[in-house]
Amino acid sequence: MKGDARRPASNPQRPADGQARAVVGPGKTAPTSGELAPRAMRQMARTAHHTGRRPATQRLLNRYRRRAPGEPRAIGYLYILPALALYGALLLFPFGQSVWLSLLHWDGMSAATWAGSDNYRDLFTDPDLRAPFAHALLLLVFYSALPVVIGLLLAALLSRAPVRGMTFFRTVLFLPQVLALVVVGVAWRAILAPDGLLNDTLRAVGLDAAARPWLGDYDWALPAVGVVGTWVGTGLCMVLFLAGAQRIPRELYEAARLDGAGPVREFFAVTLPGLRSQIAVALTLTIVAGLRNFDLIYITTSGGPGNSTSVPAYEVYHRAFETNEVGSAAAIGVALTVLIFVLTVTLSRLVEGRRT
Amino acid sequence: MHKRGERGRRRRGRVVATVLGCLTLLATGCVPGTDGPGARGGTAGAATAIPDPAKAGKVTLTVWDQEIRGGTNGEVKQLNKEFQRAYPNVRIKRVARGFTDLKATLKLAVSGNNPPDVIQTNQGYPDMVAFVRAGLLAPLDNYAGIYDWNTRYPATLLDLNRVSADGHNFGTGRLYGISQTGEFVGLYYNKDLLAKSGLKPPTTWAEFTNGLARIKQDDRLPIQFGNLDKYPAIHTFGVLQNQSAAGPVRDAVLGRAGRFDDERTKNAAATLADWHRRGYLPEGTNGLGYDDAAKKFASGDGAYLLTGTWQLADLKKAMGDKLGFIPPPPATAGGAPVSTGGQGLAWSITSRTKHPEVAAAYLDFLTTEHASDVMTQHGVLPAVPGKAAAKVPRDSVDGQMLDGWQRLNEADGLVPYLDYATPTFYDTLSEQLQGVIAGTVSPARFAATAQRDYGAFMRTQQQDDRDRTGKARGARGERRDGR
Repeated sequence: MKGDARRPASNPQRPADGQARAVVGPGKTAPTSGELAPRAMRQMARTAHHTGRRPATQRLLNRYRRRAPGEPRAIGYLYILPALALYGALLLFPFGQSVWLSLLHWDGMSAATWAGSDNYRDLFTDPDLRAPFAHALLLLVFYSALPVVIGLLLAALLSRAPVRGMTFFRTVLFLPQVLALVVVGVAWRAILAPDGLLNDTLRAVGLDAAARPWLGDYDWALPAVGVVGTWVGTGLCMVLFLAGAQRIPRELYEAARLDGAGPVREFFAVTLPGLRSQIAVALTLTIVAGLRNFDLIYITTSGGPGNSTSVPAYEVYHRAFETNEVGSAAAIGVALTVLIFVLTVTLSRLVEGRRT
Repeated sequence: MHKRGERGRRRRGRVVATVLGCLTLLATGCVPGTDGPGARGGTAGAATAIPDPAKAGKVTLTVWDQEIRGGTNGEVKQLNKEFQRAYPNVRIKRVARGFTDLKATLKLAVSGNNPPDVIQTNQGYPDMVAFVRAGLLAPLDNYAGIYDWNTRYPATLLDLNRVSADGHNFGTGRLYGISQTGEFVGLYYNKDLLAKSGLKPPTTWAEFTNGLARIKQDDRLPIQFGNLDKYPAIHTFGVLQNQSAAGPVRDAVLGRAGRFDDERTKNAAATLADWHRRGYLPEGTNGLGYDDAAKKFASGDGAYLLTGTWQLADLKKAMGDKLGFIPPPPATAGGAPVSTGGQGLAWSITSRTKHPEVAAAYLDFLTTEHASDVMTQHGVLPAVPGKAAAKVPRDSVDGQMLDGWQRLNEADGLVPYLDYATPTFYDTLSEQLQGVIAGTVSPARFAATAQRDYGAFMRTQQQDDRDRTGKARGARGERRDGR
């Protein structure tokens, strides 16, 4: 079976044919392959004949020759098999393992004992575990909401009128996305240090009272780490929205202007609805990135002061590798996955307006 | 799009996903840890005569260590080279990682199918005790006898590498590692800045603390200190707590006796908070990195720096003759010094190594008097200083360090790191001490929280003990743990 499915692709005379078939999903009939596929079959049958193929293979080929391309529908699964195998081995299997580990008490080395739902119950009852989730949700304001809002504003400004050196601005604002988060973390740790750039600037303009050890302050550490996330995320959102804004038909703007809309009205009536799907993408990306956030916290505060900036992803690392609570770490990981899943699905339903 | 077709496909996709998920669960449905090297204890201590690595045939010894800093890295490199020259049939495959990286990857490596032969293990419950409990380390008592480690090392230091055979208690029982280097937290001082305030290096604790006010009056920073990385305060607090008495704190850390909600703990926390309030510590200390603070001290910001001997080489490079280093000054002039410290990470042999005797010979080689001299040449403090140490001028900063180490050992004044006490004490202390410094956690609450952690762990330890004796009585005659 497997060999047969690959054969069209290895046909030296029609390589494009094989590709066209490979991208067709399960039970989906792509119109372009409609005429190509039967020809490929015929050709294949001919090649088979020349090389003296066994009758069983011949029968199989004959069966397929009579069918419409893509039939039987189950054959689609054969095409996705390689990808599915990889996906299963690298993602589903480890995830299944995590789920299994989350049901155990395990120190990572000696024999594990059954925990049942203990690790999950702790997520709700243990304040040390609830806090990281609360922090992560609060951080979403900085990692997701603010970048989208600022990105929208920037995109609206930049797309209204042609700006000189647009590419330059775009590049500069997008730069944080290109940097490794470790580099970002180290740089901001220096900026937010007690006598770092930020405090020096504040003191230079006479705001001595506002200067503080940002990352070591119980009230300010979380927003400080959040601002770093905003800085990172804004560029991505802006570039997404700029690209989206270019696809909004000019006529809509003209029509709006003829109807007497000002810039603000124009933004809400034309730009915003036009960017709906981009906003959904931006929100999804930033929410996922925000909830998975580990590197920034690890580099800047290690969850401190106290545990006021601890987040779930950091807690997973901490428990799995530092305090030998692998079961609990797995439970946090699974809960985080579920949280991300629920949030992103809800979001795409709400913003993109998709219904079941 | 055809809504129905799409939904139908989706449902089928869901079924497939569910089936896959179930299969995955089934496939992984084994209890982790049971297929590993379950047998505790190990037999690596069988040797009776000094092993001869030359007769071992062709051997590759895989060694994982964390000595990546300048001095220690150079010293280990040189000793490895010498060992391979002495035994050409042995090849040392060294994997050097930073402390945190080593901590994170070592567990996976050691419990995997092809573990390294020699590893550096961090003392205490989360690492060394957990390894022993899982039967991953080989006991070294036999080798300690053969190679005279028992007489070469002070008992206080060897004890820190001991774990009870059942993998239950720390600081007692079998020997599971041997350390190369010594470590203690001491007082670095900037000679220039002390002179500017008319001060001499303090000889008593009171002289030291009184001097702090003087330095502050002169509008300079008395003690440089960065606690953004959370752990440095454990050392500072430890030194403060030690000043009242070394023995009781050590007993508490090793779980022998004592509590953490006593006056000693409260007073030490109160002093730390007071130092910060009075401006003896930098104002934004919770937001300042540990390494950044060391750099600031090296560049002349701060008269004192209270940290470990591991910083000496770097500070010396930057400050030269301006740098001085002493153990925390004792209560009375010439009295016995007390400080937090002990030894570097332990070098241990894994229980499944194929060459335990070569590994033991390597461990011995790393800790001989010759090795100590190599360490001294590289500016590293050896756990047991050798001949080269005696030649180091006493008034140099290296000489001060060696002298301090000697006095601390003679006075039995070393108190182990506080975070050895319980598996979670590192977290508890580092979090709470940030609060103490910021003034959000009162000394009393700090002591109560520390005791809650400590008390809970002691209770589970005692409960385990009771369970064990109960089980042993029930099993009667049957040997435990399949041994």
